[in-house]
Amino acid sequence: MNRIIEIQELRRTFQVGSEQVHALKGISFFINEGEFVSIMGTSGSGKSTLLNILGCLDRPTSGEYFIDGTAASKRTKDELSTLRNRKIGFVFQSYNLLARTSALENVELPLLYNSAIPSKERRERALHALEQVGLQDRLHHMPNQLSGGQQQRVAIARALVNDPVILLADEATGNLDTRTSYEIMSLFQKLNAEGKTIAFVTHEPDIAIFTSRTVQLRDGHIVRDAPVTPKAAAESLAALPVDVDF
Amino acid sequence: MNLFNLLRIAYRALIRNKTRALLTMLGIIIGIASVIAMVSLGQSSSKSINDQISSTGTNLIMVMRQNQRQGGVNIGSANVQSLKEEDVTAIMRKAKYISMASPVISASGQLVSGSNNWPGTIQGGNTSLLVIRKYEVASGTMFTEPDVRAAAKVCLVGQTVADNLFSNGENPVGQTIRFGRIPFKIIGVLASKGQNQMGQDQDDIVVAPYTTVQKRILAITYIHMIMASAMSEDVAPQALNEVEGIMREQHKLKAGQDNDFQVRSQQEMLKMMNSVTGFLTVLLAAIASISLVVGGIGIMNIMYVTVTERTKEIGLRMSIGAHNKDILLQFLCESIILSLVGGVIGIIFGLILSYAASAALGWPYMVSTTAVGLSFVVCAATGIFFGWYPAKKAAALDPINALRYE
Repeated sequence: MNRIIEIQELRRTFQVGSEQVHALKGISFFINEGEFVSIMGTSGSGKSTLLNILGCLDRPTSGEYFIDGTAASKRTKDELSTLRNRKIGFVFQSYNLLARTSALENVELPLLYNSAIPSKERRERALHALEQVGLQDRLHHMPNQLSGGQQQRVAIARALVNDPVILLADEATGNLDTRTSYEIMSLFQKLNAEGKTIAFVTHEPDIAIFTSRTVQLRDGHIVRDAPVTPKAAAESLAALPVDVDF
Repeated sequence: MNLFNLLRIAYRALIRNKTRALLTMLGIIIGIASVIAMVSLGQSSSKSINDQISSTGTNLIMVMRQNQRQGGVNIGSANVQSLKEEDVTAIMRKAKYISMASPVISASGQLVSGSNNWPGTIQGGNTSLLVIRKYEVASGTMFTEPDVRAAAKVCLVGQTVADNLFSNGENPVGQTIRFGRIPFKIIGVLASKGQNQMGQDQDDIVVAPYTTVQKRILAITYIHMIMASAMSEDVAPQALNEVEGIMREQHKLKAGQDNDFQVRSQQEMLKMMNSVTGFLTVLLAAIASISLVVGGIGIMNIMYVTVTERTKEIGLRMSIGAHNKDILLQFLCESIILSLVGGVIGIIFGLILSYAASAALGWPYMVSTTAVGLSFVVCAATGIFFGWYPAKKAAALDPINALRYE
């Protein structure tokens, strides 16, 4: 199996005033292609730091990081940018869509930073990504004309459009109600079933149950890394009482 | 990243905030419009002055008396008697570049006709004076050579004089007016010329044979001034030198000795006026360009605020793969687009403004292509200069912090 992510003895130390804060204290794990991993932990556990490094937004103090076979731990800022553009799809808690910009243009955005893609292909890929998340009839809607769940779907389409090796979701259901959260998790499960590798950072155990493996962080160490039998989000959705939204 | 994508990104970012973009551009629009209007109007005014001076004849050459000192006393030019009729004859005989020359003698006094009177100046000249000074006879005739020889008491009056002396509208030609105690018969009325560039009424004039003014009114033997016409405008400088040479010879001045006369051409006058209007144009343009600088600072200000306001957007762009350089270029592009579009609108406004103003003032409409071209360059430079700092600031943001920014 293809190792999408491999980290070895990863450490990240921050200098806060005169004190050194060790956010990650030497962790190692890997994610294979097609896995749906939830990274769990309370605030201060180091999961955000780990996500930043996995997302090539930050560099480790020491240790190795390989993404899709490429060493990413000692890259320049520009090289990291290119890695993010080609290999990673981010989904954020607050969607981070550009305001007053249509769904289609929002989804096209990552491809604008890849000059190898001509505008016709860019448009086609954006349309395809929006189809994948079920928003083919909302192409020209502005974010403020979309519900929270729909906005998150646009954000997921944006993360998919560059065909990344891994989707990194950061509390992607944190701003959504239960029903919509389940809908989004169901979408992630569908994408995973289609072969997408997903790392899902969350602190909510009832969201993590939809993933197939849980990595638990505490105080900069991995305290648990176990496969779980994922619950189907569609079933949970069906089991919700109808009036739960009201 | 290719340029096309960059422009698309910058354009989309601007179009998302049309009102803000427009307000930001306003400073540049006003700045460029005022610079264009000022430069155009400056050129219009100097063109208008040029036209007026040309209408009095740019080939006009004047020989005037020079201030003189006698024993340490400056006796001014009025009492200098150095210019003579013979000088005119000599110029006419010897000068190759001069087509006509006339002695000029002026006398001021009260003009009386019946119960009307008017303070006027009689200008005495020979038969070519009107041609040299570009006057035309509207009705009646010019005096003749025999009139000059006989010091005939005839004159031609300008429109202003005619209107004031003959207020009931009778035909001045054939009437007799008095200048002091001397009666003059009016044989012609001059065509109106309006005001000259100094605001003097060119129609407030009476023209008579110089012999009449010299002998009958002033009783002098010298003349006040010589007016001559160069063959053409092009040879006016040569004509000027030639006249000076003839005059020095005529006055038997040795080499190294100062002239006892002054030679002036209308072209010199033109140069002087042009330097004045040129200076004014530069001054006004300089003042207007202050507003351009203020407009540029406006762009910088907005772009600076924008960077803070759009921190999250910048973080997102970085997270999906924008290089620092891409962010820098995007913000730089935005400010250049703002200033260039503002500049184009400003140029259009400036041209409309200067057209309206020159139409209202009756000046010829001048479009300064240099000013338009320069404005464009200045706009681009403004965009780059004032956009650089905010763009730099945006590009230096850390993606992690920018994404978390609330």
